Amino acid sequence: MAHLDIRQLQAGYGDKTILHDINLQVQKGEMIALLGPSGCGKTTLLNAICGFVPTQSGEVHIAGHEITLLPAERRNITMVFQSYALWPHMSVAQNISYGLKVRKIPKAQAHKRVLDLLSIINLEGFENEKVTNLSGGQRQRVALARALAVEPDVLVLDEPLSNLDAKVRLSVRHELKALQKKLGFTSLIVTHDQEEALVMADRVAVLNQGRIEQLGTPEDIYQQPQTPFVADFMGADNCIIYQASTPSVQLNLANAAATQKLALYFRSSAAELRTVSDRTEAGLTISGVIEQSAFLGQQYRHTLRSGDQILQADSRQCWPIASSVSLHVPPHALHVFDLATHETPPSFQSNSRG
Amino acid sequence: MSQTMTIQHRGFRSLKARFTLRWSFWAQTAFITILALALFGPIANLLIWTIAETWYFPHTLPNQWGLKYWQQVFNPYSDVSGSLITSIIIALCAVVVCLLVSIPAGYALSKHTMPWRVGFMLLFLIPQAFPNLTVYINIARIFYDWGLNGTLLGVVLVHSVHGLMYSVWISVAAFSSIDPMLSRASRNLGAGPIYTFIHVVLPQAAPGLIAASIFVFLESLDEFTGTFFVGAPEVTTLPLLLYTASMEGNYQISSITALILLIPSIGFMLIINKFMRPEMLSKLGK
Repeated sequence: MAHLDIRQLQAGYGDKTILHDINLQVQKGEMIALLGPSGCGKTTLLNAICGFVPTQSGEVHIAGHEITLLPAERRNITMVFQSYALWPHMSVAQNISYGLKVRKIPKAQAHKRVLDLLSIINLEGFENEKVTNLSGGQRQRVALARALAVEPDVLVLDEPLSNLDAKVRLSVRHELKALQKKLGFTSLIVTHDQEEALVMADRVAVLNQGRIEQLGTPEDIYQQPQTPFVADFMGADNCIIYQASTPSVQLNLANAAATQKLALYFRSSAAELRTVSDRTEAGLTISGVIEQSAFLGQQYRHTLRSGDQILQADSRQCWPIASSVSLHVPPHALHVFDLATHETPPSFQSNSRG
Repeated sequence: MSQTMTIQHRGFRSLKARFTLRWSFWAQTAFITILALALFGPIANLLIWTIAETWYFPHTLPNQWGLKYWQQVFNPYSDVSGSLITSIIIALCAVVVCLLVSIPAGYALSKHTMPWRVGFMLLFLIPQAFPNLTVYINIARIFYDWGLNGTLLGVVLVHSVHGLMYSVWISVAAFSSIDPMLSRASRNLGAGPIYTFIHVVLPQAAPGLIAASIFVFLESLDEFTGTFFVGAPEVTTLPLLLYTASMEGNYQISSITALILLIPSIGFMLIINKFMRPEMLSKLGK
C-alpha cells in the first residue's frame, strides 16, 4: 500500500478550485517531483497536503491513516520553503530543535539530534550562529535539517533551490539527492525546472492547470510524453502542424495515416541540418531558410523559417544566414499527436519559445 | 586673436560660475540660520529661563542666575515630582491598555481575509477626526455619569483612546510585515496556533510593538486637553502643572517642567529610529 495516498483531491481558495481530481500514490522512500509552469497548482498541491489549503473533496491518507481534515500541526508533514522561512530571532540550533521542543523531547536528546543533523548537512560548529549570518545555500540546508529533525512521514519541498544562484543550486541539489538516498525519506519536490525534476526524482508528475498530465519515470516523461503539453514542457518546443498537402514538409512514418492532421514535436538538439534533402528517408524532413544563428558553447542554435513556421535546430557547424537547408528529425525523436484527440498547448499559437 | 577671445570668454564664464556658487552658498547659510533660529530660539529662551532666578522685562538677559528653582522642583514634597510620578504611572498604564487592545486587534487586522478590515482600521482614527475639545467634553460628561471623573482610571482611559490610533496602526504594520511562511513553518513542525503566536509571531512583531508603546507613552506624557477635562483638579499631570505654572507667571517652574518633558521625547525618538524598520513602515495603513 502506498505511504502517501491522494485520492480524487480537489482543493482551492474560497470558491476558486485550483486542483481538480488529483490522484497520486507515493511509496515509502520515494521522491516525486511535481513539475509544471507557474500557476499550474503544484504549490497549492503541497499546501493542500500540508493542511494550509482546505480540501474541497477527496481524501489524503498517510500510512493508512486519513489526514484530510487534520490541522497542519497534527499531520507530521514538514515543508522546506522557497524563502527558507527560518526564524531570524533564533540561532541555527534553536531553529533546528524547534519541532523537538514542541514535542517536549528532553533537552539533552534534542541537542544530540541537532548535532547529528548539523554533521549530516555539513554545518558542524554552526549551532550558535545567527541564521541571518548564513549564505543562501547554508540557510536552505538548515531549513532542511529543521524539517528532518522531527522525522516527518513525508517531507515536501517547495522550489527549494530556486532562490539559490546557479552554482550553489547544483551543489545543494546534489547534496539533497544524496541525503534522500541515504536517509530514505519520502518526499515531494515542487519545481519548474525540468532538469532538476529529472535528476532528483524517482518519478515525475507533470501538472497543468490543476491536473496531473502525466506521471512516470524521468525517462518516460522525457522520451514518451503523452500529451503535447508534456512534450512542449519537457523541451520539445519545436512544433509544426502537419498536413499532407504542405509541399515543404515530408513525413515518412510507418503508422501515420496521410490524411490526419498531426502536431509534431521535437527537440532542437534532435534535429539535423543538411544541404540536400532525401524525401524518402524515414522521419520528418523540412526544407527552409536559415534566419539566425546563435552560439551556445557546445553548438550553434539556428532559427529556420519554412513557410510561416519558425523552427530551431542545433548544429555543431555554423550555417550561413539565408542558406537553404533541409532539416531532418529521425522517427524516434518525433512526438506525434493526432489533433483530432489532443488539444494543442497555448505555446503553439505564439511559437516564440526558444 | 581668436585664442584671446576664448580665454576672455572663459574667464568671464568662470567669474559668473563663482558668483552663482557664492550666491547659493550665502543663500543656503541664511536659510539654515533662520531655520535654526526658528527651531532653537524658543528652546534657548526656555533653557535660559530654567537657570534664571530673576528676569525683568526690559533686560535681554536675566538679572540673577541660579539653580534655586531646580532645588524647588526636585524637592520630594514639590508638586513637580508628585505630578511627574502621576504622569509616568498614567503613561505606563495607558501603554498596557493600548497593548492589550492592539496586539490582538493588530494581529487580526493584519490578516487580509478579515471582513470589514478597513472599517475597523478607520474606527481607531475617528477620535482624531473630530475636534479634540468636542470629543473630550463629551467623554468628560459620560465619565461624570460613571463616576470616572477625577480618577486615575478615567485619565488612563482617555489617554488610551488617544494612543490607540498609534498603537493599532503601528501594530497592524508590524504584524503585516511578518512573512506568513514563518508561522506555516512553525505549524507543520507540530506547534499549535497559540504556541506559534507566542514563539514566532510575537518576537517578530516585537520591534514594532515597542515602537507603538513608545508612541503611546510619549503621547500620554504630553497629553493636556483630555486630562484637563477628565482629571482636573484631582489628577495633576506634568502638562497640567506646566499650564498652571505658566498661568501664574512662574516661568522658571514651567520651563524646568517643559525640559523634563523633553528628555523622554528625545531619548525615545532615538530608540524609535532604531526600531522602525523601513519594511515595516511600508506596511503602514495597508
